[in-house]
Amino acid sequence: MSESSQSVVRVIRCIVCPTGCEIQVKKNESGETSFEGYACKRGLEYAQQEFYEPKRILTTTMRVQNGFLPLIPVRTDVAILKDKLGDALKEIAVKQITAPIKAGDILIENILDSGANIIASRDLSEIQ
Amino acid sequence: MIKYETDVAVIGAGAAGLAAAIEIKKVGLGVLILERDRELGGITLQCIHNGFGLREFNEELTGPEYAQRFINEINELEIPYKLNTMVIETKPGTSEKPYKTLFAVNKQEGVIKIEAKAVILAMGCRERPRGAINIPGFRPSGIYTAGQAQRFVNMEGWLPGKTYVILGSGDIGMIMARRLTWEGCKVKAVVEILPYVSGLLRNQVQCLEDYDIPLITNYTVTKIHGKDRIKGVTISKVDRNFDRVIGTDKFIECDTLLLSVGLIPENELTFNAGAKLSSNNGPVVDNNSETTIDGIFACGNVLQVHDLVDLVTAEAKRAGKYAVDYINNRYGKDTKRIGQIKCVAGENVNYVKPDLINKSDLSKEIVFTFRVRYPDRRILIQFKDENGVIYKKKKIYVIPSEMIELNLNLEEIGINHECKRIEIEVIPRPEVLIEED
Repeated sequence: MSESSQSVVRVIRCIVCPTGCEIQVKKNESGETSFEGYACKRGLEYAQQEFYEPKRILTTTMRVQNGFLPLIPVRTDVAILKDKLGDALKEIAVKQITAPIKAGDILIENILDSGANIIASRDLSEIQ
Repeated sequence: MIKYETDVAVIGAGAAGLAAAIEIKKVGLGVLILERDRELGGITLQCIHNGFGLREFNEELTGPEYAQRFINEINELEIPYKLNTMVIETKPGTSEKPYKTLFAVNKQEGVIKIEAKAVILAMGCRERPRGAINIPGFRPSGIYTAGQAQRFVNMEGWLPGKTYVILGSGDIGMIMARRLTWEGCKVKAVVEILPYVSGLLRNQVQCLEDYDIPLITNYTVTKIHGKDRIKGVTISKVDRNFDRVIGTDKFIECDTLLLSVGLIPENELTFNAGAKLSSNNGPVVDNNSETTIDGIFACGNVLQVHDLVDLVTAEAKRAGKYAVDYINNRYGKDTKRIGQIKCVAGENVNYVKPDLINKSDLSKEIVFTFRVRYPDRRILIQFKDENGVIYKKKKIYVIPSEMIELNLNLEEIGINHECKRIEIEVIPRPEVLIEED
């Protein structure tokens, strides 16, 4: 396939290692996608995931009633779609949980039907 | 005055102090942890993002999850600790009274005295404040260090402001840029004086680029506007000498300025004990993590600022073991160190830990840690003694934000008791080697 029939649709900077390869995502005339510029298999996998279905672990805080601290750090137990981060943050922001809480406790189940649970990142005792 | 006696006193209950205390307790020695904060865990408690624990647990954890594992172990082992307790003085031992004396203060007991056979310094580091970088302007409210803002947002539930400029592209600064964006704030720019990002690439991509937060390199803040509350900042381009380039000023409106401009090991107690400090602001230590004061050890960010907490844990476990060895073999005995080799930072090396190698330990594996001064590719790490190069290792990429760790047995690479000094340098590879790759 000649160079001219392909166009670069996106450049993804690989974060798998500090080398930071710039991986080009190209499309040819018939719409087929190809990846170029990666130096290892993990880089290709990262670029494919990032291009087709970028996901992130969400880490934020949730309000706590009666706790030693007013907030508890929380996270999704698995990565969720990047597009859903904003909505997930909104849902977490309006929730309040009562202490005591143990690290790993599920605070919101299956948030936004993403398959991910919101879990507590630490123990939090009641206020003395 | 209430007096406590223990085998090892550990100052600081962050990642370093907790790991060191666990190592000591596991072999059956007594240990007492002294922590000035209201709970165990240290700064990792406010680092609610993930990326911790890949080396230590082979899992990706958040900061609080990482701390929780050590706190649980402290509780299971019933290791005693004192919270809200600030150590204010450290005194070395003498040949008649080989124990070290600490004075600390807390609300319940007032001033207390702790006598310990060994001390582990694990006080961590603090952030460079505005005063350290001399930005002209009044002193309005709305100027915070990035870690201070991180604590407010993640632990106390306060937002320091609505629109931000972040000076410095260290990891905490970039992580706060994303965190504040998630909390509904606007981060107008991250401004970096260097030509490259100071933190990890991963954070540049996932914290700045994901949210279209502009990163402005080769610029710095040259004026702070506003008298009661900050109204904005002037940023200016800098030349190679970091001098402001006339005619490049730009005004950015903001109500908060965050500073992520470096960390300084917190060594007042170290200095107070009479220990020597080295060029990185951490104590001079030998390969047993021992400072220049007999039986006083140092680990974690008080020794050198780390980029990964996992490396802090590993360093602290080693320090814990060395403190145990000291108590079992050397405490109370007048054992002079039989001679030491100096480790010196050469070309493109900022500093080296340990600073000293005991000649009695040449047959042991020694963990060297160091940082480069500037980024480089396709380099050689070289160890040199008085007679020339004794060891070399290739590396594809080096960057100041990533600490380099090398485990070496000096005897195996030909160092003997004659040696007085080794120099570590990071140099571009000669052409010949590049062709071989």
